[in-house]
Amino acid sequence: MISAKDSHSSWSMRAAIRGGWLMMCFVALLLLSGPTYAQDIKLPDRPDPPRLVNDYAGVLSAGDADALETRLDQYEKETSTQIAVVIITTLDGADRAQYATELMHEWGIGQKDKDNGVLLLIAKEDRTMFLGTGRGVEGALPDAICKRITEYTIKPKFKEGDYIGGINAGIDDIEASLKGEFKNDEPQDNGSSFSIGWIILAIIIVIILFSIWGGGNNGRTYSGTGSSLPWFLLGALSGGGGSRDGDSWGGGGGFGGFGGGDSGGGGAGSSW
Amino acid sequence: MKSIFRLLSIMIIAASLSSCGYNSMVEKREAVSREWANVESAYQRRADLVPNLVNTVKGQANFEQQTLTQVIEARAKATSVQVDASKLSEEDIQKFQAAQDELKGSLSRLLVTVEQYPDLKANQGFMELQAQLEGTENRINTERNRFNESVNDYNAYIAQFPAVLTAKMFGFTPKGYFHAEAGSEKAPTVKF
Repeated sequence: MISAKDSHSSWSMRAAIRGGWLMMCFVALLLLSGPTYAQDIKLPDRPDPPRLVNDYAGVLSAGDADALETRLDQYEKETSTQIAVVIITTLDGADRAQYATELMHEWGIGQKDKDNGVLLLIAKEDRTMFLGTGRGVEGALPDAICKRITEYTIKPKFKEGDYIGGINAGIDDIEASLKGEFKNDEPQDNGSSFSIGWIILAIIIVIILFSIWGGGNNGRTYSGTGSSLPWFLLGALSGGGGSRDGDSWGGGGGFGGFGGGDSGGGGAGSSW
Repeated sequence: MKSIFRLLSIMIIAASLSSCGYNSMVEKREAVSREWANVESAYQRRADLVPNLVNTVKGQANFEQQTLTQVIEARAKATSVQVDASKLSEEDIQKFQAAQDELKGSLSRLLVTVEQYPDLKANQGFMELQAQLEGTENRINTERNRFNESVNDYNAYIAQFPAVLTAKMFGFTPKGYFHAEAGSEKAPTVKF
């Protein structure tokens, strides 16, 4: 009686040890997966909904900001290159190049496989800016060219207080330098190609179904029901295609989000 | 029956290897090597830029020779220090960093000297060269930070239980870090 109880308690103890061990491993896993790197610079959160133009300092009028957003969004759709404009009040003592590089890294400006992000960072009160380049655009936009753009194109306008003029002129130069460098291989929301794909798929399925039915039935007696089902399917499928279209248009056709590109610290800046 | 046992035991060994973190350890070690390659190429970029800088400055009449010679010597020294990428020991990295910091120091002295030559300062070619140099310093900082992060990730992983047992068994040793130089955490800033 006693020995049986003993063996039972030793069994449950072993189970407890095993459970504890598993728990330890699990906790260790949680600790390891947590971020181990402490950020020195306080960066703004990634905008949600995503936007390419982020004016935290209230420098641009709403109309100017929207026009700029449309321009940059259009450029991204054509080339897949993401040019972001971020205006902050102050760097808070941080190095402008480091701030821009960290921001590009954290937000993931540019496409993941191309690293074709460009960031124009403007710190209004510090009266300084930095034009940061992703690894993929460093060839077309080397630091020396970035310096030329910030120093000779943007800076004179900023000195006059013409922020939107300076930004647009700078983007003209950036686009000129990047001309032909990238193209968008995968147009994202091209609604018509989607529905054509669905219709083709539906037709193929219908043909397959018809041939199965035709072979299986081996006669004309059931041809009435045989054809009605595939037609129903065709309707459902093209309907599905239609709703897919609706979704992609429902997104508003605006900027779809940063692609996860990275920066290795390229670019140059100027103060005005 | 025997083959089933063999299969089972292989599966158990494989599972325990991955649960003891062997696979993650290899992954993390590879991440460190990758980052190291980026660090090296960032430093190489600076070394490649020095001859350009020296030639541009040389073109300036009666430029101080001593600062130039120092830069050239420091560059030669920095490029001669090689680090064994498979070990990346603390000691090796310290040596590497010391040589590179010497080059950095001599370069900033050169840029200070340039302030006395207004013609050179106003030269567009020189200004762009300076921008490139600044960009290079920023790249070095960025890659160094990322290297340190990956080393931190790896070192922390192999020091934890139960991975530490696997690490000891398979000879995974901790890697060295870059340390911020006293008083010069920032790249030499050049004002225009």
